[in-house]
Amino acid sequence: MSFQPVKFYQTGTFTVGNRLLAPEERSVQASAKRFNSINSGHRACQGCGEALGARYAIDAAMEATDGQLVAANATGCLEVFSTPYPETSWQIPWIHSLFGNTAAVATGIAAAIKVKRKKGEQTQDVRVVAQGGDGGTTDIGFGCLSGMFERNDDVLYICYDNQGYMNTGVQRSSATPPAARTATTMAVGPEPGNVFGQGKFVPAIALAHDVPYVATATVADLRDLEAKVRRAMEIRGARYIHILVPCPLGWGTASQETIHMARLAKETGIFPVFEAEHGEITSVLPIRRQMPVEDYLKPQKRYAHLFGKQPNVTVIARLQAMADRNIKRYGLLGQGER
Amino acid sequence: MLKQIEGSRAVAEAVALCRPEVICAYPISPQTHIVEALGEMVKEETLTDCEYINVESEFAAMSVAIGASAAGARSYTATASQGLLFMVEAVYNASGLGLPIVMTVANRAIGAPINIWNDHSDSLSQRDCGWIQLFAETNQEALDLHIQAFKLAEELSMPVMVCMDGFILTHAYERVDMPTQEQVDAYLPPYEPRQVLDPNEPVSIGAMVGPEAFTEVRYLAHAKQMQALERIPQLATEFNSVFGRDSGGLIHTYRTEDADTIVIAMGSVLGTIKDTVDAMRLPENGGHRIGVLGITSYRPFPLAAVADALKNCKRFVVLEKSLAVGIGGIVATDVRMAVTGMGLKGFTVVAGLGGRAITVKSLTALFEKAMRENLDLVTFLDLDWKAVNKQLEREKARRRTGPVAEALLRDVGVVGARNY
Repeated sequence: MSFQPVKFYQTGTFTVGNRLLAPEERSVQASAKRFNSINSGHRACQGCGEALGARYAIDAAMEATDGQLVAANATGCLEVFSTPYPETSWQIPWIHSLFGNTAAVATGIAAAIKVKRKKGEQTQDVRVVAQGGDGGTTDIGFGCLSGMFERNDDVLYICYDNQGYMNTGVQRSSATPPAARTATTMAVGPEPGNVFGQGKFVPAIALAHDVPYVATATVADLRDLEAKVRRAMEIRGARYIHILVPCPLGWGTASQETIHMARLAKETGIFPVFEAEHGEITSVLPIRRQMPVEDYLKPQKRYAHLFGKQPNVTVIARLQAMADRNIKRYGLLGQGER
Repeated sequence: MLKQIEGSRAVAEAVALCRPEVICAYPISPQTHIVEALGEMVKEETLTDCEYINVESEFAAMSVAIGASAAGARSYTATASQGLLFMVEAVYNASGLGLPIVMTVANRAIGAPINIWNDHSDSLSQRDCGWIQLFAETNQEALDLHIQAFKLAEELSMPVMVCMDGFILTHAYERVDMPTQEQVDAYLPPYEPRQVLDPNEPVSIGAMVGPEAFTEVRYLAHAKQMQALERIPQLATEFNSVFGRDSGGLIHTYRTEDADTIVIAMGSVLGTIKDTVDAMRLPENGGHRIGVLGITSYRPFPLAAVADALKNCKRFVVLEKSLAVGIGGIVATDVRMAVTGMGLKGFTVVAGLGGRAITVKSLTALFEKAMRENLDLVTFLDLDWKAVNKQLEREKARRRTGPVAEALLRDVGVVGARNY
């Protein structure tokens, strides 16, 4: 890979990407050193944001723990596409129990490891990751997640948020944004799509638990994601990383648009990217060039009902207001450090 | 060592002797004293090398146990009633994954109406969940069964429920013989898992299985329970050789050799039934030829052993603390399967629901009727027909009759129930 020493973003452009970094800092997809924790050959859709997010998150965790990692996985796309019997994509010890208990299963694994270490039966310091989609995290698994948080169990929980139950055919979850069409919030009637005034942003709830580490990330900034996973693995106790992973199927976007969509989510402010330790936000990934939410909404078929012959300016303005609120609340137009 | 202690304490001490590595605790009556005692032992460090986790629900309790067991730790939890139902999805998952978790079920009724007292509705609702279910008759047997349960579970890679009557056993102070650590260590080897989450040998546990192999996986669970049928009596014999006590096994018979009538039951009520039978066998009371069959292993169900125990009798009465609404008995159905083709007359008696006392007086009258074969196929012991009929009449007469439980409490004269 060639190295471009000129830092384009210093020249007034908004170019982004690997080539702006020194070789040792670059994110590398194909490398003999990569763990390939989730290996090729799985059955994710083309352009799956979750597969990409999991690949980078788990490989970064593997790197940080020198390969001493165990993963618990919630029911959902990631589980189904990675382990259709008798195949598995996982090159790490991996367990799928149920949809709603992943955080608790991870707690159990961590407890077992702690005892085995204490007894001297296990010499290696094995770490535990739990992972699930937004349904398995913000809805059905939320009780177990909150329990794991408040007990400060030594688990990194990673939520791959594609804003709906995509595995069962795109139904609404508590992470589905307002106005989005899903199979249970159809784009019909006087207020098409998901309603306003509902839903929850679990990273903020994680913050309220005062756990040692909370971060959000998107698959548009894989370097940022990897750094956050590495940071999380430096810390003991309950940690949470919430990754926005666009879903071509559920969002109605082209396969090649996944990273672009994630970037627009961040650049519009609709999805704030930040990092927090012990309940306090320590840094945000600043918006580099603010975009209007239309740019993010328009390519997605789940919002198509907002862009007919007569664009629904009222609803678009409400979504813009949500982005503006995030920008203000998290200081997304600032320098990043707080 | 002989001790005069509460049943829950006895079980907690026995579990501690089994060197559990992860214990998940969530309170629910009448199980709570068990996990309280274990928590104290961990905190005061008389039980060491054990993680004690206060979880946020029974669903989490079983899920933490699943994770711990899959990571190679000996895992234990206890529950009852609503708690067992709340964890059901994880209960099935634990057996499906073949994880040898041991769980005490302090048997209690299931609501609504909410009721904290003893019957067997909770664990019997989990009849087909793939766990082995052992029923204790006494506190001594409850204690002993836990030690056997860990061994059985780990040998077969299959979870075991030890069921003991809530309050009647869990809260009763009785004399028990508490084994020594050396005895338990001699009987129960350290847990050697069949499958474990180990970075040096990564495996995927809990993969999706379609029609191509699902039946085989399920059959293997059945085959393991059939193995347990052979292993349970052997474990009881081995237990006897180390601890010098008869405990566990598939069934217990009492005065059945010459019995024309055999009463079948599970759990602590067997004591009352035996007393009743002893009295009825006295010459001055008619010298009735009646005996008792106690079922210790409810799952796997010992069809052959039950058939053998009943082979010389003329009739049997299954007295059970459970109700299969819409048909009658749960245990009775299994017993009837065991005696298929034997030409026996069988009666189902539903008794002791929600903690209703089962008295010698009621049992004597019941068994006398059974011996005359003058009993309905399904009988509800000591049912208050007046209250039932009154409610049925009320419902016939008008639409808005209000909550059933409240109406019945008023009818039977419980203070505080509102008048309509």
